[in-house]
Amino acid sequence: MIVLLARFFLIGLVKLLVGANPRWMEAAPDVAQSIYFTNHSSHLDTLALWAALPAEIRATTRPVAARDYWGKGRIKRFIALKVLNAVLIEREVSRHSDPLAPLFEALGQGDSLIIFPEGTRRTQAEPSDFKGGLYHLAEAFPQVRLVPVYLDTLHRSMPKGSLLPVPLICTVRFGGAIFLQTGEHKKNFLVRAREAVLKLI
Amino acid sequence: MLNVLASLHPDQKFYWLIGGVAALLLIASVIGWVLKSRLARNPQAGERSQKVVNNLVARVNAWWVMVAVFAVAFLAGKPGTIILFTFISYFALREFMTLTPTRAGDHRALSLAFFLLIPLHYYLIYTEWYALFTILIPVYAFLLMPCISVLAQDTEYFLERAAKIQWGVMISIYCISHAPALLLLDIPGFTGQNALLLFYFMLIVQLSDVLQYVFGNLFGKTKVAPVVSPNKTVEGLIGGGLSTVLIGAAMWWITPFTPLQSAGMAAVIVTMGFLGGLVMSAVKRSLGAKDWGSMIEGHGGMLDRMDSVSFAAPIFFHLVRYFFTP
Repeated sequence: MIVLLARFFLIGLVKLLVGANPRWMEAAPDVAQSIYFTNHSSHLDTLALWAALPAEIRATTRPVAARDYWGKGRIKRFIALKVLNAVLIEREVSRHSDPLAPLFEALGQGDSLIIFPEGTRRTQAEPSDFKGGLYHLAEAFPQVRLVPVYLDTLHRSMPKGSLLPVPLICTVRFGGAIFLQTGEHKKNFLVRAREAVLKLI
Repeated sequence: MLNVLASLHPDQKFYWLIGGVAALLLIASVIGWVLKSRLARNPQAGERSQKVVNNLVARVNAWWVMVAVFAVAFLAGKPGTIILFTFISYFALREFMTLTPTRAGDHRALSLAFFLLIPLHYYLIYTEWYALFTILIPVYAFLLMPCISVLAQDTEYFLERAAKIQWGVMISIYCISHAPALLLLDIPGFTGQNALLLFYFMLIVQLSDVLQYVFGNLFGKTKVAPVVSPNKTVEGLIGGGLSTVLIGAAMWWITPFTPLQSAGMAAVIVTMGFLGGLVMSAVKRSLGAKDWGSMIEGHGGMLDRMDSVSFAAPIFFHLVRYFFTP
């Protein structure tokens, strides 16, 4: 109950602040298992994409969030784990564990994911080069749809280091799904995935 | 008949007005429904007429929502009305700044414009601090916002950025707020009825837009300013404008004006509203957009609906203040 209320409140707050208006540019929304990958420029990214999804897709879609940020503090933990149902991952790569393991587990359960293949937040409108994570997920789960998403204006709304946001309308642009082709090289695939996001600008 | 209307209690007047608006909307909804079912039965109907009818239905539906929101705010009295306009200014500024190319150095000034300036400005209307209300934005915000931006030491397009931010703040906050500011005027013989004057103003501005749209769609041939705003026609302007002035004259019983004065005020509102629509359309185009936003289905954004209000409200406010208050 509290979780539902918090979810409702959070969606309202995000929409009041940055609009988060979805625009499905190339294909209609699809409830099939998907990985939504997008450019990363602010702390509002996860919330904006999550709020822009249709309710029935949002119900099975879990944002991937850094444990060192979202795992700290009771409120942030509550929002991450209960409200957003996030998958928390370690940003520091250690030799003992695979940082992608929680993602494999979530995909294995049939959940959809929201990921930021650049890794960290950038200050500019265009995404920088993608890291390999997206490729490894696509390789292990070739049937999962990979949906490129572009978030505009959020790099202006809440750039790194700012305390208060500036409310600007963010249009969340969803592109058509792509898949890893058989035998496709890691580097080529990552370039192609990044271009799928760039195409939405 | 007219004297009976004039002698009604303000609350009764309000119910008559809202009932009248609801009746108009009902007629519009029926017309939209008839047109839609007629088009559905006519396989030769062109794509253009489909588009016009669908847009008409979307517009009327949005009007129902807007009128309902307004009615609730009016019934909630002065605080309700002021809160409503606070949000209108917030959404309008959000649309303006989304299209304005600002830079990281403007971040703090913009945050303060949204979260400090808007509430403070509307609080001044609430407490009826007229003197500060008139200079808070044109003097204090005008000087202090670039002072905050300059600390970021980014000189790239500095004047353009400062000017655009000031424009957005003036239009979205200062100008629009002159509509609810009608509540703070002390008009002899009209005490306790200022909400009706605000109703009159909003009714005339919006009717003018709607009737220009109707006349334009029915008889429009000659475009007024095709480069700036392709939908505005001379026929629409004259037909819509004149009928709005007539309706304005007939609404004198909710104002402190005589019928003739009321016609004159309506003419001023229509003219400023029309010109405001043109100017805001030019601004929007110079920022590279066709609509300010998409929050009001069929209409575009909040600023697409409030563009004429922002230009007509300050002038109407000052005319009333000059001629009808001691």
